[in-house]
Amino acid sequence: MTHRGDRTLAATGLARVEGEGSMYVRVGDGLVEEVRLDIYEPPRFFEAFLAGRSFAEPPDITARICGICPVAYQTSACQAIEEACGVTLPGPLADLRRLLYCGEWISSHTLHVYMLHAPDFLGYPGAVELARDHRGIVERGLSLRRVANSIMELLGGRSIHPVNVRVGGFYRVPSAAELAPLAGQLRGALGLALDTVRWVAGFDFPDFRSGHELLALREPGRYPIERGTLVSSAGLEFTAAEFEQHVIEEQVPHSTALHARLAGRDGSYLTGPLARYTLNSQWLPPAASAAAREAGLGPVCRNPFQSIVVRAVEIVCAIEEALALIEAYQPPDQPFVPAVPRAGTGHGVSEAPRGVLYHRYELDQDAIVRSARIVPPTSQNQAAIQDDLRVFVQDRLDLADEPLTRACEQAIRNYDPCISCATHFLTLQVDRG
Amino acid sequence: MTIGPEEERRGIVVIGVGNEFRRDDGIGPEVLSRLHGQAADGVRLVASDGEPARMIEAWTGARLAVVIDAVLANPPPPAPSSPPTSASPCPGRLHRIVVDRTPTPDVHTVSSHGLGLGQSVALARALDRMPERLIVHAVEVSDVGHGVGLTPAVAAAADALTAAVLRDLRPAAIP
Repeated sequence: MTHRGDRTLAATGLARVEGEGSMYVRVGDGLVEEVRLDIYEPPRFFEAFLAGRSFAEPPDITARICGICPVAYQTSACQAIEEACGVTLPGPLADLRRLLYCGEWISSHTLHVYMLHAPDFLGYPGAVELARDHRGIVERGLSLRRVANSIMELLGGRSIHPVNVRVGGFYRVPSAAELAPLAGQLRGALGLALDTVRWVAGFDFPDFRSGHELLALREPGRYPIERGTLVSSAGLEFTAAEFEQHVIEEQVPHSTALHARLAGRDGSYLTGPLARYTLNSQWLPPAASAAAREAGLGPVCRNPFQSIVVRAVEIVCAIEEALALIEAYQPPDQPFVPAVPRAGTGHGVSEAPRGVLYHRYELDQDAIVRSARIVPPTSQNQAAIQDDLRVFVQDRLDLADEPLTRACEQAIRNYDPCISCATHFLTLQVDRG
Repeated sequence: MTIGPEEERRGIVVIGVGNEFRRDDGIGPEVLSRLHGQAADGVRLVASDGEPARMIEAWTGARLAVVIDAVLANPPPPAPSSPPTSASPCPGRLHRIVVDRTPTPDVHTVSSHGLGLGQSVALARALDRMPERLIVHAVEVSDVGHGVGLTPAVAAAADALTAAVLRDLRPAAIP
């Protein structure tokens, strides 16, 4: 197969619960002319579905948007509605919310590192083949997932689509005695997580630098997870309430999906592990910080292929944070702060495993949601992924179509978009001019 | 109906796979909710999104695992005037598949889960984490788009599917 002349790579037919999409690359005269990543966005359906619902319902309903990060959706929803109602969570309830979110980070990152991303670096078509040759390694990943599920089941009521979260806190909170066994599990998991960092740090990483402006939350003094102020690598700083002044979503001609950009900027921006790490690495807890150094990460990481190392470091971070939260836990007097609805608008933002997740709700005086807005990380990253793919493909045009397609799949998985759950999600079609 | 401590120790689990916000994909959760109060004490009822690590975690060590999932009727059902064949898609039609521990052709359930049941089974085999007995109840569905509520044909199958699962849970049916 020749790679001179024009060719088209078309990737279609993606179908799964959390996301659907396709990829299209057009090459002409040895130059990449167009890269297009179309991702269907379930939140758009949910925005319409939420209108007319009670103010108490969004946390449960939006948890169904994504099977991988329901806590992120619940948390951003709760924070937005709590802001609209003037509710502030006291320390113990806020800590439990962070603890639950740690469970989701461990779960989601472990899934991505072990089941989806590592096989790419080790030359396996998927996790099944990796497991046949390296059973112990995959078992380590499952052990980490088990700890994450324990957190989710204890605090969330079950490991998928948690049912114990409500506006103002939880339906039921655990006793200190109930949390104690979790601490034992987490102490064991810390070693597994550190081994994970060492394992992935030894992979070969293509030399690639993503130059996008980075956007993440920041909460000075600790690594941002469930809340914070938005900051960017180019000096932006704004609150959740100012999100829509700074993040503009707009229709683009070739796609039904909205593309996000930062107001006043020409280029795309990136949210997610690289952004979080680069903007907050100084606030990693001790073991995670040491693991990052040992893995060769500096204070800044701009190679998307190394996102697997950052995710592994963030697993360590989440375990350390969870242990500290359990150690300091004092059960709250009440499992939730009663929220008295009032007409108004609230905004919530948190760091989903894939990046910044923004919610806005407008409530009327009858406690009914009049409008909802959800901006997920994958749609924010879409333009940046396309920009990086353009450079990535240009540098690899000497590859045959099949290896190039596989390379594109791996490159897309660096960003852990929801569509990444399909181990092989690209099919190839060649059109010659 | 109760089961003894031996059965409970060895574990019986029913896993309802699906998402009730993806129309017919909600058949797994729907049947799971019907089983509450009908399944024996000690039978674990687990809601799942079908993600392999969670599936494997749910059935590891189980004496019997019963999975309820949707299969997409694709291509769409033929026009009413077309003569039906056994291969024609038929929303609401039930399939009961006993999956062996040893390699057999993969079970291809609904594609909306991305990593499907076939992957879970393959990974479980690679890790020697298959349940002693795995029964899959697959329902042909026609609409897994965003929205709530089952299509009439699939909703009409829920009773029969629930009964079929309960038959598999009868002590006499468990080896």
